[in-house]
Amino acid sequence: MYNSEITKASNFVQGVDTAFMVILGISFIFLIGLTAVMLYFVYKYNRKRHPKPTQIEGSVKLEIIWTVVPFILTMFMFYYGWAGWKPMHNPPKDAMEVTVYGRMWNFSFEYDNGRRSDTLFLPKDQAVKLNLVALDVLHSLYIPAFRVKQDMVPGKKDNFMWFEPQKEGTFELFCAEYCGLQHSYMYTFVEVMDPADFQAWKTDTTSVSSSIAAAASPTATGRKIMQNIGCFACHTIDGTKLVGPSFKGIWGETQTVTTGGEKRQVTVDEDYIRKSIFDPNADIVDGFAKGLMVTYEGQLTDADVDNIIEYLKTLSDHKD
Amino acid sequence: MQTSSAVNGANYLTYQGKYKGLLGWIFSTDHKRIGLLYMYSIATMFATGLLLGLAMKFELLAPGKTIMEAQTYNATFTVHGVIMIFMVVVPGLPAVFGNLMLPLMIGAKDVAFPKLNLLSWWLYVTGVFLVLAALLFGPGAPDTGWTFYAPYSFKTGTNLLPAVFGAFVLGFSSILTGLNFLVTIHRLRCPGLKWTKLPLFVWTLYGTAWIQLLATPVVGITLVLVALERVFGVGIFDPALGGDPILYQHLFWIYSHPAVYIMILPAMGAISEIIPTFAQKHIFGYKAIIASTMAIAFVGYLVWGHHMFTAGMSGTAQYYFSLLTFIVAIPSAIKVFNWISTLYKGAINVQTPFYWAISFIFVFMVGGLSGLVLGALATDVHVHDTAFVVGHFHYIVFGGTGFAFFAAMHYWFPKIFGRMYDKSWANIGWLVFTIGFLALYTPMFYLGIMGMPRRYYDYLEEFHGGNILSTFGSWVLATGFVIIVVNLIRSARKGEPAEKNPWHSKTLEWTVSSPPPVLNFDEEPVIGENDGPYNYK
Repeated sequence: MYNSEITKASNFVQGVDTAFMVILGISFIFLIGLTAVMLYFVYKYNRKRHPKPTQIEGSVKLEIIWTVVPFILTMFMFYYGWAGWKPMHNPPKDAMEVTVYGRMWNFSFEYDNGRRSDTLFLPKDQAVKLNLVALDVLHSLYIPAFRVKQDMVPGKKDNFMWFEPQKEGTFELFCAEYCGLQHSYMYTFVEVMDPADFQAWKTDTTSVSSSIAAAASPTATGRKIMQNIGCFACHTIDGTKLVGPSFKGIWGETQTVTTGGEKRQVTVDEDYIRKSIFDPNADIVDGFAKGLMVTYEGQLTDADVDNIIEYLKTLSDHKD
Repeated sequence: MQTSSAVNGANYLTYQGKYKGLLGWIFSTDHKRIGLLYMYSIATMFATGLLLGLAMKFELLAPGKTIMEAQTYNATFTVHGVIMIFMVVVPGLPAVFGNLMLPLMIGAKDVAFPKLNLLSWWLYVTGVFLVLAALLFGPGAPDTGWTFYAPYSFKTGTNLLPAVFGAFVLGFSSILTGLNFLVTIHRLRCPGLKWTKLPLFVWTLYGTAWIQLLATPVVGITLVLVALERVFGVGIFDPALGGDPILYQHLFWIYSHPAVYIMILPAMGAISEIIPTFAQKHIFGYKAIIASTMAIAFVGYLVWGHHMFTAGMSGTAQYYFSLLTFIVAIPSAIKVFNWISTLYKGAINVQTPFYWAISFIFVFMVGGLSGLVLGALATDVHVHDTAFVVGHFHYIVFGGTGFAFFAAMHYWFPKIFGRMYDKSWANIGWLVFTIGFLALYTPMFYLGIMGMPRRYYDYLEEFHGGNILSTFGSWVLATGFVIIVVNLIRSARKGEPAEKNPWHSKTLEWTVSSPPPVLNFDEEPVIGENDGPYNYK
């Protein structure tokens, strides 16, 4: 069970939850009060008990009271809503910057030293600014425990959010803007750590894409990279058909693809895989739709792709 | 035009004109027959949407796959939304009870343009078929959500353009009905029926008609832009072509937010008729209710941005939209205070329509107050695009409009069909439906605050409890709906003959026989100085 109650998990929780208390508090008083009065009238002035109605057409005094009082109360609510929201738009200058890539259907996080991850690792008590990049359609980055949410709009400049995690732990991170087939599976976790542990994690590059690791096991590295950039949201490794073709047995196979409107046969080799990653809409495999995948140009190095290819080979009976 | 001698003795249900049978209905320009045509078409669409909703709730009974795949689920909530919004609640009360009752309530023989009125219904049916065809005969039912947000809606292979065109045709039906009602209310009031003596249902139809006329054309503009983009590749909304997806959201909500007021204003009007009738008392604050109606109609245009607080508008725009959203809440509050005050010192006759009316007030209050959470910036950031929003708008759109629709149905039923329904079964239906409604939508507020995003096919285990209760509620609600509908259908055919004015109301529609004669009034009614829609002295 992950933590999602009111936790003061970020610097915004206080402001947002105060607004909740004010609005819900006033609302419940009104809801219960008015319902009680209504039911009391229905009982008391039932025609069995009160057979003769008294005609009253209205009261200017009452109309003024019940216009002015709700007006003042709503302005209160507006103020608390505004006060809790205002700081969300002013990130401090010393905030740590992380770039978030959203695509159908995963998030990936890139740190200033090039470290990439599918989980958002953060140090406690350090303001963080997330620069949001939507690669295909609208997504929305939502961390309920932190009370933050911001849509990720493709092509939008200055698309960011910020917050300061104030509690160690694991918190859910959802995509909140509907983005297609696997929308409800587009979630990951925020891992808030002790700052020293975070530094150690951030500078430890042995697990992903390092030359040492690649030399040790390119296939394991390839798989890890694919996990981080979200390939498996659309491509399975067990032969199940999702939005894209399964990777199972694909290496060395002959596929029928449509290129520029014409059908042709291709063999899945290094060039084909490289092209499929960097120009995914050039060749469309029969039975799949165009336009769902966007290029990974700039997000993967040639060495990364080599590792991916090594991993794909392990899923097939064909040898080189 | 029929002469009155030709129709002597026949009411609008039994009268036979140029055509027989079905043709006598679908080519009839009688506002009452057109009202019933709308009622049957809308009821059919509502039942369809309800079945889709039940399927969705069933899928969410447990995490993981329950009965359908993700693709089917996404298509189901899309089609559910499109049907319920564009084909049920937007036409809803104005098209059904506006058509049936407006001319009767103002002492007119018909609406100002009866042929245009029939054309509106034909456009409605055409629009429904166009949209359904686009949904069914494309490469697959659309899976974009009823909001069709760019750029996803442009990427998916489904039939967007025909669907938007269908929405445009539906919009035309709405515009023409609005125009027709405006002219009718301005020109066809019977002698002595001053603006200050108009029943409040008529006033709300008037406010609604202005919104229909002025806001709906935005759908047409959007269609033109979508067509330019899809057919000619002009980059307007799709960032891949250099367009701006947020522009689409603005255009969408500039229409679709006022559309919420198209749905709710006539609902408020119907409640404003029912409460005084069953309290046998003058409505409290007649002019305040009119003023608040017109204030909602006007300010309702200016709040669309509150659907987009997390989309990335400028801070100033968000501030402004939040402030106006709170301001538009006040006229709704004023109405609630006036309805409840109307009960004070009344002689309340508790009947089925009255049960619906007070439960309307309750669900409307819950819907409205939860709207304040969404109108405030800080809280909206947390619950926007979560189940909380789904709970809120079902409380308003289904709770508000739906409860008012059933209230109006049970109120005007004896007038429309000349027969009375079985009151015990009607009350049982109301009770079951209301319990189901509360169980279905209340957990969504909790789920949303806990952080469950909306439009989720699957969810984490921590959200399971709330979803079980919600699904259970959907079954109870559906049972209540079946009880209500079976009772009404049976009663329309075999119910006890109804009196002219079974609820002892003071508005004009109750002065004619039930069901009304073809031309409504044998003699044009005249409103005296001391008469009025709520003068129960």
